[in-house]
Amino acid sequence: MALLDVKDLRTHFHTEDGIVRAVDGVSFSVEKGKTLAIVGESGSGKSVTCLTIMGLNSGRRIDISGEAVFDGEDLLSIPKDELRRYRGKRISMIFQDPMTSLNPVHTIGRQLREAVQLHADVTKAQANARALEMLKAVRIPRPETRLDDYPHQFSGGMRQRVMIAMALINNPDLLIADEPTTALDVTTQAQILKLMNELQRDFGSAIILITHDLGVVAETADDVLVMYAAQPAERGGYEDIFYRPHHPYTWGLLRSLPHLTSVGEDLKPIPGAPPSLLNPPTGCRFHTRCPYAMDVCTTVVPEFALVPGSGEHRAACHLDEETKQREAAAIASETLADSA
Amino acid sequence: MATATSEETTRPAPLGDELLRVENLEKHFPITRGIIFQKEIAKVRAVDGVSFSVRRGETLGIVGESGCGKSTMARCVMRLLDPTGGKITFDGQDITHIKGNDLMRVRRELMMVFQDPYASLNPRKRVGYIVGEALQVHKQGTPKEIKGRVQELLDVVGLNPEHYNRYPHEFSGGQRQRIGVARALAIRPKMIVCDEPVSALDVSVQAQILNLLKRLQREFDLTYIFIAHDLDVVRHISDRVGVMYLGKVVEIGTALDLYQHPKHPYSGALLSAVPIPNPRAARSREPVVLEGDVPSPINPPSACRFHPRCPRFQPGTCDTIEPVLERKEGSASEVACHFPLETWPMSDLRLPSGSTPR
Repeated sequence: MALLDVKDLRTHFHTEDGIVRAVDGVSFSVEKGKTLAIVGESGSGKSVTCLTIMGLNSGRRIDISGEAVFDGEDLLSIPKDELRRYRGKRISMIFQDPMTSLNPVHTIGRQLREAVQLHADVTKAQANARALEMLKAVRIPRPETRLDDYPHQFSGGMRQRVMIAMALINNPDLLIADEPTTALDVTTQAQILKLMNELQRDFGSAIILITHDLGVVAETADDVLVMYAAQPAERGGYEDIFYRPHHPYTWGLLRSLPHLTSVGEDLKPIPGAPPSLLNPPTGCRFHTRCPYAMDVCTTVVPEFALVPGSGEHRAACHLDEETKQREAAAIASETLADSA
Repeated sequence: MATATSEETTRPAPLGDELLRVENLEKHFPITRGIIFQKEIAKVRAVDGVSFSVRRGETLGIVGESGCGKSTMARCVMRLLDPTGGKITFDGQDITHIKGNDLMRVRRELMMVFQDPYASLNPRKRVGYIVGEALQVHKQGTPKEIKGRVQELLDVVGLNPEHYNRYPHEFSGGQRQRIGVARALAIRPKMIVCDEPVSALDVSVQAQILNLLKRLQREFDLTYIFIAHDLDVVRHISDRVGVMYLGKVVEIGTALDLYQHPKHPYSGALLSAVPIPNPRAARSREPVVLEGDVPSPINPPSACRFHPRCPRFQPGTCDTIEPVLERKEGSASEVACHFPLETWPMSDLRLPSGSTPR
């Protein structure tokens, strides 16, 4: 059984301009010890999906429906104060910006201890020992001397390590990482990804990795969910998404990467910009930017259907299977040729 | 002294003459203490002896991690910051310390595109004003002529000329960056310095802007300095690429040479850290992961600044003798390293035993 099973999740915000359907029918599941990557452009609903699961979106002006079953319990229906027992204990989250997600007026030792003491009845000394152990695990040099330092005394990469230490301090079953390396340089990014990988191996946590970088996805993900305009466009194993992609949006994302384009050749961008979620296009939401759009795409919402002959590979597109396979093969050969 | 004197061999393509030459450029920011009697206690050596040249019509890419001095270098070239040392020659004229009308004339030919398309456009001005401001400042035409020219520019960068009267907030990130490009183009500059122009954009939109920049370069004979931390983007757009580390250029060469045969261990480490959007290739390689962080430019390491993190560090050489940026035997690029990489790709950057400095 999956550790987290999300079904038909919808998060709608009521604003002065109308209803923003930030998440509109998203389903996925995450297995124990595996990494699910959620990819998409800014505003595609990746972060809102995860914030909703964590119960961090709430209020009178928000409608949430669907279910998010975590280890047999629906997180969306349990009361708020009970949810607090999950957050930071069994499910924890790393945010994009390590600068703003640590409290600048407390030492990191205090912040790490707090994470332990909130969920377990331990003494300060025990919590301190645990904090020290985690700082060692994320490879902060001379951890004993750094517990009493404030966040501003750490570099960006070091702060992100502290965030990871804090997220993993209670051995969570599920770690949600929202663009954990976007603010970091490539060499630091490589350090952090390697670290997350090792920690996942040692602690057996499942990871949901939100990112817009397909390179990061290729390096780390087991399963991939591609989102477009608040809805899933495609979902499958990493081999499915990179070597057998079945949605024109996924094709567009892969083709617009400079990595796969030979020098001197023009890049192949996806035309236009993502649509407004106040008033999304009818039918398939991608039809306004899709080079393959047909009449049916403008009116009928495509089913998020299983790709024939696959296990858990789904895509929402009206195109015929033959065209999809032809395009998928073309992209896969470009991708694989590049590795030579 | 390191200078880029011999590109003839690195780049035989028929390019124009030298448009910009930067020699031993330095920008040190003082750190002071005291309120009334300010005393300089240290210096941030943001740019510390950088030399390169750019030819007419080419694109020089600059890569490096945050804090390596690439943006400060760009601002010195633009004369938005006054260099503390060195010399900048633009189009045959020494512009290092020029002022007033002379500077004004140079600014007509040197423009800049900034990183953040949200912060670099004045939210209270209409697009027509933003794009046309340079034309007004440099008194290039009557208001009517300026309006016509602005509409033409909007069309050139792929925006609707009818949107002349809109405000920046009415545009998406990609469209705003197009406005930034139109503004830079307005007075027909010879050179545009692009400081991370696509870093804030989504990949699909990023590709649109990169294609636009390439098209404009062909149409208007532009010369670019293109700064970015995304190595794939830089490779795509650049003819030559310079790698900066802690205020110094550690390697410079054609994009092809540098990406296929990096010589400096830092270039190698950077390249191997870039995630590859191809899972099979990504998972079969063993990336070289650098330990630690970039040291502070206030008190940089002695001699070769990369030596504390370098997998090829040799005590007695790397920490005592500063390597000079020069072309080594068997290398097409210029590299500042005593023990440049022999082959590429390599999973272990460490030196084979018994090596001597080259």
